[in-house]
Amino acid sequence: MNHTYGEAPLRARHSFTVKHLSALAAATGMAFLLSTGASAAQTVVKWLHLETVPAYVQVWEDIARKYEAEHPGVDIQLQFLENEAFKAKLPTLLQSDDAPDFFYSWGGGVLKQQSETGALMDLTGAMSADNGAWVKSYNPAAVKGFTFGDKIFAVPYKLGTVSFFYNKALFEKAGVKAEDIKSWDNFLDAVKKLKAAGVTPIAGGGGDKWPLHFYWSYLVMRNGGQEVFEAAKNKEGEGFMDPAIIKAGSQLADLGKLEPFQGGYLGANWSQTLGIFGDGGAAMILSFENTEDDQRTHAADGKGLARENLGRFAFPMVEGGKGKPTDTLGGLNGWAVTKKAPPQAVDFLRYLTNRENERIQAKAGMLIPVATGAEEAITDPLMRAAADQLAASTWHQNYFDQDLGPAVGRVVNDVSVEILTGQMSPEEGSRMIQDALGLE
Amino acid sequence: MTHATATMTAPSAVPTAKTRYKSPTVRGRLPVLILFLPPALLLFTLFVILPMGEAAWYSLYRWNGYGSPEHFIGLRNFQVLFNNAAFSTALINNGLIILASLLLQIPLAIWLATMLAHKIKGAVTFRLIFFLPYVLADVAAGLIWRFVYDGDYGLFAAIAGFFGVATPYVLADKNLAIYAVLAVIIWKYFGFHMMLFIAGLQAVDKNVLEAAEIDGARGWQKFRYVTLPLLGSTVRISVFFAIIGSLQLFDLIMPLTGGGPLNATQTMVTFLYTYGVMRMQVGLGSAVGVVLFVICVTLAFGYKRIFMRHD
Repeated sequence: MNHTYGEAPLRARHSFTVKHLSALAAATGMAFLLSTGASAAQTVVKWLHLETVPAYVQVWEDIARKYEAEHPGVDIQLQFLENEAFKAKLPTLLQSDDAPDFFYSWGGGVLKQQSETGALMDLTGAMSADNGAWVKSYNPAAVKGFTFGDKIFAVPYKLGTVSFFYNKALFEKAGVKAEDIKSWDNFLDAVKKLKAAGVTPIAGGGGDKWPLHFYWSYLVMRNGGQEVFEAAKNKEGEGFMDPAIIKAGSQLADLGKLEPFQGGYLGANWSQTLGIFGDGGAAMILSFENTEDDQRTHAADGKGLARENLGRFAFPMVEGGKGKPTDTLGGLNGWAVTKKAPPQAVDFLRYLTNRENERIQAKAGMLIPVATGAEEAITDPLMRAAADQLAASTWHQNYFDQDLGPAVGRVVNDVSVEILTGQMSPEEGSRMIQDALGLE
Repeated sequence: MTHATATMTAPSAVPTAKTRYKSPTVRGRLPVLILFLPPALLLFTLFVILPMGEAAWYSLYRWNGYGSPEHFIGLRNFQVLFNNAAFSTALINNGLIILASLLLQIPLAIWLATMLAHKIKGAVTFRLIFFLPYVLADVAAGLIWRFVYDGDYGLFAAIAGFFGVATPYVLADKNLAIYAVLAVIIWKYFGFHMMLFIAGLQAVDKNVLEAAEIDGARGWQKFRYVTLPLLGSTVRISVFFAIIGSLQLFDLIMPLTGGGPLNATQTMVTFLYTYGVMRMQVGLGSAVGVVLFVICVTLAFGYKRIFMRHD
């Protein structure tokens, strides 16, 4: 839960486990303490987030306290909502008097929908003032991700990318070398080898569905490339019935036939999936940039895999695919400001995402920063690798289920699981997504 | 409600009718009515009638919950709904839950009640134990059972490990999951029905049973021809609660399976939540609400009319 995403991706979604509950309790407890400290005479800025890692929340707390010290009269209150609850509650919350001043966003179709309702503040003016001094402090691609038409609707704060992480000891046991996994066929061979060696090849979170939609997304990107996906998204040409997309589906079905996941993966939520990987119960996981911390949080012993035992490799190429191996799938997250937010909220966001504070967050291992010149603060080698991969990205695509909006996005998640388990043919899957898109 | 409106409008009706109602009792009740009816009427209208009307209205629109609904699509939401495989599964599951409640849960409850209604030693303790699951919050019960069924760290894993067999992942198996859920439902609610039957049994006149004994009736005959008929109204109300409760089942399932795997354990309400709320398709969600409402109302009134006429 930490970060992210919606049904999709991001890690965010975990359902309740005991471990999880304690994290929730800690986070809500903190929020409660904070809110009781407020005094009526101050300008209150309400900050709604989904972060469950206590250390990360603490980093934000520290930044907020620092800002308050420099700006007397401003009281910044962190409010926490569990990922799924956040998504369910937000539409109502945004239209109520209780709306937060700024809140977590994955960009994409969901943010676009929110922006169209007039619930959000248009930040274009503020961010482009002074010749764009503010807006120029970020990676331009990050700002572009939150721009609809020519209006900016969120302040970017982090970039993310999904890649494979693997357990070096288990790879060695099965005689698999990560460097050799260049193509999808290599990948399937590795899965077979791992199975033959008695190792569960992949940890998968079928209960939450979105962790498995990464496979379909990446296969679509590798087979069709940017052109095919964007045409499909914009309802052009053959849309999701494009042969490249159907081929991606059949490759996903091939993977499913190998039964590569842990027992009971269809019921496993994302925290359990990270836990399985962290406990050494599976050799690979297709996951977010900060998997190292996450698997630790969710491992049974609280320690998980040691850094030296963790490796990372990009999603492999497919034979004859139009996508490039350097195309990346991942998140872009920001803070959307609501219409009635006080100017202090906007000012604080500028502060929160300035180079210095982005460095602090990068150093804590929380994120790959969007502020230019902050990325060298990343110390963790795996985060570093993710940041380098992003820097060299030829096409960075937002999570499909966020990009396509809540309704179509969830159909993509459903379809990914159904194709993987053989419940649905790749053609039927494509047809279902196409139909859902037709209803938009 | 129909009662209330009838009484309300009566005083303002035509003069001839008015005279008819001018009995002292009505005149005495009028101030009471004026004083006490509006709050209830207002609340009922505001929180029951109005939302129902709104849901029916939203169900004709394609609407994501922001702003006000503008995109009118007629009955399209209902068409989408009835073509949706997950919704069919949800309807079937609701049917299964009703069946399990009627065929397993209620007989079990009656059987336990007949044993615990008498003043035998330990009866009170057992009543308490059997009633305990019902007292638990649904979400808590769901979380407990998720842990029990867990194939990695749960009770099932431990049992399977003890016998050295492969762990079944019941909640992740699309063919088994619904039965695992049914077991939890029965476990959770049989105590409630048992209590109803204990109360019913205690109201059964001992003399009738004694008379049956004198006439030579044996155990089963006594139960079948004396106790059960006398328990009739309790059985009917218990069945009624079981049906309505089954149709509305939601909070037990969410922590257990969330409707998964592959929608195998959706019910109408979890479907409404997953497809309507989580996907921000308020129109479609409202359509589910309307369907659920129609089914509930038809069943409730039909059942009352046919089976509970004399109760």
